[in-house]
Amino acid sequence: MSIVSPPSASIYPPATVHEKAERHTLSVLVDNEPGVLARVIGLFSGRGYNIDSLTVSETEHEKHLSRITIVTSGTPMVIEQIRHQLERLVQIRRVVDLTDSATPGIERELAMVKVRGRGENRIEALRLADAFRARVIDAGSESFIFEITGATEKIESFISLMLPLGLVEVSRTGVVAISRGAEGM
Amino acid sequence: MTQQMTGAEMVIQALVDQGVEYVFGYPGGAVLPIYDAMFQQQKLKHILVRHEQGAGHAAEGYARTTGKVGVMLVTSGPGATNAVTALTDALMDSIPLVCLTGQVATHLIGNDAFQECDTVGITRPCTKHNYLVKSVNDLSRVLHEAFHIAANGRPGPVVIDIPKDVQFARGTYQGPKAVSIKTYRPKVKGDIDKIKIAVDMLANAKKPIIYSGGGIINSGKEASHLLREFARMTGFPVTSTLMGLGAYPAADPQWLGMLGMHGTFEANWTMHDCDVMFCIGARFDDRITGRLDAFAPHSRKIHVDIDPSSINKNVKVDLAIVGDCAHVLEDMIRIWRAEARQPNKQALAGWWKQIDKWRGRNSLAYRSSNETIKPQYAIERLYAATKDRDVYITTEVGQHQMWAAQFFKFQEPNRWMTSGGLGTMGYGLPASIGVQLAHPKSLVIDIAGEASVLMTMQEMSTAAQYRLPIKIFILNNQYMGMVRQWQELLHGGRYSESYTAALPDFVKLAEAYHGVGIRCDKPGDLDHAIKEMIDVDKPVIFDCMVDQAENCFPMIPSGKAHNEMLLGDVPGDIEKAIDERGKVLV
Repeated sequence: MSIVSPPSASIYPPATVHEKAERHTLSVLVDNEPGVLARVIGLFSGRGYNIDSLTVSETEHEKHLSRITIVTSGTPMVIEQIRHQLERLVQIRRVVDLTDSATPGIERELAMVKVRGRGENRIEALRLADAFRARVIDAGSESFIFEITGATEKIESFISLMLPLGLVEVSRTGVVAISRGAEGM
Repeated sequence: MTQQMTGAEMVIQALVDQGVEYVFGYPGGAVLPIYDAMFQQQKLKHILVRHEQGAGHAAEGYARTTGKVGVMLVTSGPGATNAVTALTDALMDSIPLVCLTGQVATHLIGNDAFQECDTVGITRPCTKHNYLVKSVNDLSRVLHEAFHIAANGRPGPVVIDIPKDVQFARGTYQGPKAVSIKTYRPKVKGDIDKIKIAVDMLANAKKPIIYSGGGIINSGKEASHLLREFARMTGFPVTSTLMGLGAYPAADPQWLGMLGMHGTFEANWTMHDCDVMFCIGARFDDRITGRLDAFAPHSRKIHVDIDPSSINKNVKVDLAIVGDCAHVLEDMIRIWRAEARQPNKQALAGWWKQIDKWRGRNSLAYRSSNETIKPQYAIERLYAATKDRDVYITTEVGQHQMWAAQFFKFQEPNRWMTSGGLGTMGYGLPASIGVQLAHPKSLVIDIAGEASVLMTMQEMSTAAQYRLPIKIFILNNQYMGMVRQWQELLHGGRYSESYTAALPDFVKLAEAYHGVGIRCDKPGDLDHAIKEMIDVDKPVIFDCMVDQAENCFPMIPSGKAHNEMLLGDVPGDIEKAIDERGKVLV
């Protein structure tokens, strides 16, 4: 056997294994050109990164700029990689990690929640909707559609409360986010 | 300069304006207008390959040896899909390429037309950037932008997909100066404060090492000069990745040889035991680091790279400097001098003493033979016969590639063209065509394996057509040698499908391609045969029949650390060298 030094168990901590995964929200400013979203999504799938939520829309029409908000999770090393890999794409102007920055961003989601029910359930659903400041945007004799905005956690808890009251389906926008304070990205 | 012309003419004009000499390509239905425009001009030379992959590798070879952008031109559908291997290869090895692909007419896109494929979709993950040009008025801007993106920052391949109707349409051509590239401006100057810290870390190092890579080559000849200067003024040992060979002269006493999986004992041990590692233009690839949790465990690491995403990807570093190698080295040298820095000479003397002990292990030693040609011996003799000549080497992928890296001593950059990141068998023959075109009077040798070279053998026909006297030096052991070596290490020596029965007669094959074939199977005849090969002014296939059982050492088995190298001359149970965790690694 030609191993020169004893291959005993390493005394050095493994490189990444012990880092905990964190949830980060990235705001990505891109040129609104064909394929840019495919590039971003392809990057995430190709390199095995997670996408928890992704929203995109053109935000500055004259400059042809779109903003993509991505919620992802990974170890700090992976999050740093994601940011650098995104910055490497030619059509990407800027990437800001809203979770990491000195002033964390504000996050909101919008959900439309369809609930079906009669009698006591129906009244309870309305009462809860009121408490959550959800608006009724469609009503029938046995169903409501609520519109609710808020942080992800609020929407989650509203949905879980609607579940026993006759929740039919939910449509959500995913997270949009913006940094606090006077400065833009 | 603005002018009215057709899209096809714009392509030609833009290439001429970008200083392109050669276009490597293959015609087809969707690029006929461009080929027609090519026919009617004299400035660009088109090199007709025999397969689009060959066009890509030839353009890579040309780019790697000249530092210019390589250009390829292929048709839609299969033309584009055949180019994918070469594009991926260029992406992995940071080679600047512009690949023009024909596309079906815009109104047919998405209709499954004849020879249609989603070229931008297919090539998105294997290019630095790509374009589908839907309007002729965007074409000249896109063409110039593509050259800018391919060559700047970390270089890479760029695809421009041009529908046939856009090639016919007339529009306004704008020259390179009229096109402003707004978004892509990579940072080339390193952060001076960080460079100062790096200088301080290095000046105080007791056991330093310079670990350089292909980034030095990409940065240009100046970076190699600066690397040499920096090494000289510090007296530090230098090692390099496969891609960086030639940036530092192999004849220099501070040179440790290549590092990594098949690197030298001294290079790997110096890496393992160093206290400050200066990584410049390399990316901590898994072939280099081996087991990550035991990689240079006592070191603080400085990493210089033009691509921020290379930093902290595999290995966390203590100091990261984003910038171009030449710029950063220049600043480091300037600051080192301005601050009148001196290395820790006493510590360094002790360090060199230790390194010399490792060197004394003579890790590249092999058992020589009078009966059979040892592959290492063949490379040594090839080197001896060519070292005083103007020689350029390309390789295929496998054992022969590692032996070439170990035994051929490169003194200058841009003389070593190999497929490192992707490990593309079949790279070397077409690459040698690109290199020979760039250096028509020089000796260009593709050090090959018999399995690899058959993957792109058809390009011999290209070499014959353009009278390119490339030399294909095959280390023929009738095995896919590296596959067989791993089967020995991991799979009980069951050589599943790694033996090639019914190989062609390479001498006759050379003759069939209007070249010259030479066969040699005796060590005593080798020098004479090599001389004969060099003297022929035609493409040559040299069938060097070597020891079939020889393995490539030294070797860091997968999943092991730098200080757990296997050496070839120590008998033992080779099968147990790789543990369960290492087995799943490639």
